[in-house]
Amino acid sequence: MKNLGRILLSEEPFSEIVIGDSAVARALVESGVRAITSYPGSPTPEIADALGAVPKAERPFYFEFSTNEKVALEVAFGAAINGHHAAVFFKSVGLNVAADSFVQLGLMDIPGGMLVILGDDPGANSSQNEQDNRHYAELACLPLLEPATAQEAYEMTMEASRIARERRTAVIVRLTTHVCHAKERVSFGAWKPEPPDRTPRFDPDASNYIPIAASVFPMKRRALARLQELRASFETSPLNRVTEGGDPRRGVIAAGTARLSLLDALEELPPERRPAVLELGTVYPLPHGLVRRFLDGREEVKILEELDPLLEREIKAEAYDWRATTRIVGKLDPEELVGEYLPAKVRGILADTWPDLGLAPKAAGAPGAGPERVPARPAQLCPGCGHRSAFFAIKKALAAEDITVADIGCHTLGHLPPYKMGRVLLSMGHSTATASGLSLWNDSRRVLCFLGDSTFFHAGMPAIVNAVYNAHNVTLVVMENGTTAMTGHQDHPGTGRNWNGEIPKIGVREALAGLGVANVREVDAYRQAELEAAVRAALAEPGFKVVIAKHPCMLKLTREARRKPGYLARSVAVSAAKCTRAHTCVSAFACPSFQLHADGSVTVSRELCIGDGSCRQVCPAEAIEAPAAAGKE
Amino acid sequence: MIDRYDIYMAGVGGQGIGLLAEVLVRAADRAGLAVKGCDTHGLAQRGGVVTSHLRIGKAAHSPLVSPGAADLVIGLERHEALRAAQGHLKEGGVLVWYDTVLQPLDVRLGAARAVSAAAVEEECGRRGARAILVLREDLADPRMQNVAILAALAEHKLPPGLGREHIKAALGDLMEGPALERNLALFE
Ligand SMILES: Cc1ncc(C[n+]2csc(CCOP(=O)(O)OP(=O)(O)O)c2C)c(N)n1
Ligand code: SF4
Ligand code: SF4
Repeated sequence: MKNLGRILLSEEPFSEIVIGDSAVARALVESGVRAITSYPGSPTPEIADALGAVPKAERPFYFEFSTNEKVALEVAFGAAINGHHAAVFFKSVGLNVAADSFVQLGLMDIPGGMLVILGDDPGANSSQNEQDNRHYAELACLPLLEPATAQEAYEMTMEASRIARERRTAVIVRLTTHVCHAKERVSFGAWKPEPPDRTPRFDPDASNYIPIAASVFPMKRRALARLQELRASFETSPLNRVTEGGDPRRGVIAAGTARLSLLDALEELPPERRPAVLELGTVYPLPHGLVRRFLDGREEVKILEELDPLLEREIKAEAYDWRATTRIVGKLDPEELVGEYLPAKVRGILADTWPDLGLAPKAAGAPGAGPERVPARPAQLCPGCGHRSAFFAIKKALAAEDITVADIGCHTLGHLPPYKMGRVLLSMGHSTATASGLSLWNDSRRVLCFLGDSTFFHAGMPAIVNAVYNAHNVTLVVMENGTTAMTGHQDHPGTGRNWNGEIPKIGVREALAGLGVANVREVDAYRQAELEAAVRAALAEPGFKVVIAKHPCMLKLTREARRKPGYLARSVAVSAAKCTRAHTCVSAFACPSFQLHADGSVTVSRELCIGDGSCRQVCPAEAIEAPAAAGKE
Repeated sequence: MIDRYDIYMAGVGGQGIGLLAEVLVRAADRAGLAVKGCDTHGLAQRGGVVTSHLRIGKAAHSPLVSPGAADLVIGLERHEALRAAQGHLKEGGVLVWYDTVLQPLDVRLGAARAVSAAAVEEECGRRGARAILVLREDLADPRMQNVAILAALAEHKLPPGLGREHIKAALGDLMEGPALERNLALFE
């Protein structure tokens, strides 16, 4: 939308078509949040995009992308104990990184109030797992609200803000991928801008902020009491809703997007067969009275929650104490623990639970797909990506039995054919340490690992220091592309910019020197012969070695170039006369621009090719011609 | 008033499916229809499959279209048109597709066969669905194929209840200046 930034600052109530992430951004403005921090990760970076659309001079908030989630959470916490309303957002697995500080938040008295906005990813649409972060609410003694739509994402963020301020605590808003990215017309309230309060209000004499030994207990008791008060207040919260059905014997308790899938399925039923529905927005702490009244008098209640059976366990445990006679039906099949509760899945679950509902297990009408198999289209490194040149070159320096360790970023895609490099992945920044372990008791298979530059600053450095300190025999390749590419090209400490403007850059090479790495080489990833030689040399040397394979992210570079006037699209071409059908370009280098035809000829797609020419060096017949203004294919 | 009308769109990262979806959501909203949608981008820019869901009508709750339930499937590329039709097109629905080819990995590696245009037509035949093929040889920029699709939708009065003027207004909501002019010119 061309004027999102202006709209987010509207002082009058308004409605607009936005995604859930933008609705959250408006809620942050409207609720007067002053300090917002994040580390990028799908599905949440669009919150930052929306905040970034607000004209710089008019931003009523401070925002930063911090170096990782733990740092982001701590910066927000620091602002909040000084009296500023604060928020931090990041993706699901980001909470693991932040956890060491996060689990302390419940113990604290936070006068400014704080929001922890999580972008969980059931279905692992763009994550390394589909962990259910609702677990963390109980662990940290913090309330958790869970919206299902963009409208609710706004409303629940507003409510979370109100609770956080009133109770001087942190509140979790758990978003999921298809809430963050769902679009609809959302109605927003008015915003009354207030001048910022610049009084630092941190008062360690009024409230203890040092949890240690016995001082933890009063803090914990306060957290538990706060939860009990919240549980009571959630009994009447408008964020929970009961809709009576035509069938008084049955009910369904649902939360999150499973609610929407449920409502879709119920549309297919005649009114008299529909069960009653309890839709929960205040997922933790659970209002027990509300649940009990819903169970009372019903023969069967199904619990419909995506991922882990948390509501199920709690409700069954409570029902035992109430001596409830209702049959509570939770997850019946391990598959109900896996993947998103999409409409089709929920319809299937309901049909299995209550066959007599008469729900068709599949959408009506669709015949099975025809005989034609469509080849899969896995994600690919972009045309011209420096990571591709690096993989192509480094592969030549390695023996087949050598071990390569991946890390998280665009370069994770190197594990796919044809490169098949980087074959084990845990989490951001794991590579150097996992590689160090792989090098123990191992004299025959050399170990090489990859690391992106944003990840270097995020969680990469401790393992590098460890490899130096404990003299591990590992070769690390830092894939330096000058951006946090995979999550949408955010800046990081090595780019010379932060979210608010220019800053002196912290070079990866200089940082490595500071960390005590003595053996460092740096090569432009497009210079394949040099890179191959550098990696060969490093592999032959003992101890911990680093090769920086450097080339700017070409997607970012090309997008920026396209926006400038006079941009001329260029592409290479394969000379049919010179081509010997070695197919190195298409099957080993594998830039997606190369198209292989049934007769064995190769052409270049002008839709895809960016004309950088990095492929020319791979052709043994020198058949790839210099980039020229893109003509017809 | 339409009770429910589901649209499923598919293409390859970089083809501009996001803009196409955003225009349709806004056009439907301007036409006074209840509408919701969701892009599924995942790792979009890396040339994987990108899909977008759009649901019109008060009886639509989830923003996601179920397999085999789409009244209208839009494919921006031949393989993705077939994949989307196989997965999401309902019996008697409509497929609008742009016939450009971006070979999937296994085709480029010589490990699988590319899909033919005839296979797309056959799949529609099997479903009693109408196939509307779009191909504009005169496009200055392949990234405007999405606007060519919009023009075809307007010509065939799809989705029902949406007029040419709604699409034009939606384009105006999203862009300005020369970009808007270029797109409007192609749309007309
Ligand atoms: C703990 C955690 N936070 C965030 C993410 C999301 N994420 C995936 S890739 C990536 C960035 C990688 O950037 P970089 O290391 O520079 O590699 P590039 O993508 O640029 O090649 C991030 C932040 C994650 N997977 N895990
Ligand atoms: S976004 Fe950049 S780093 Fe990522 S694959 Fe594309 S060109 Fe490579
Ligand atoms: S010049 Fe074109 S074909 Fe060659 S690597 Fe770059 S994008 Fe690929």
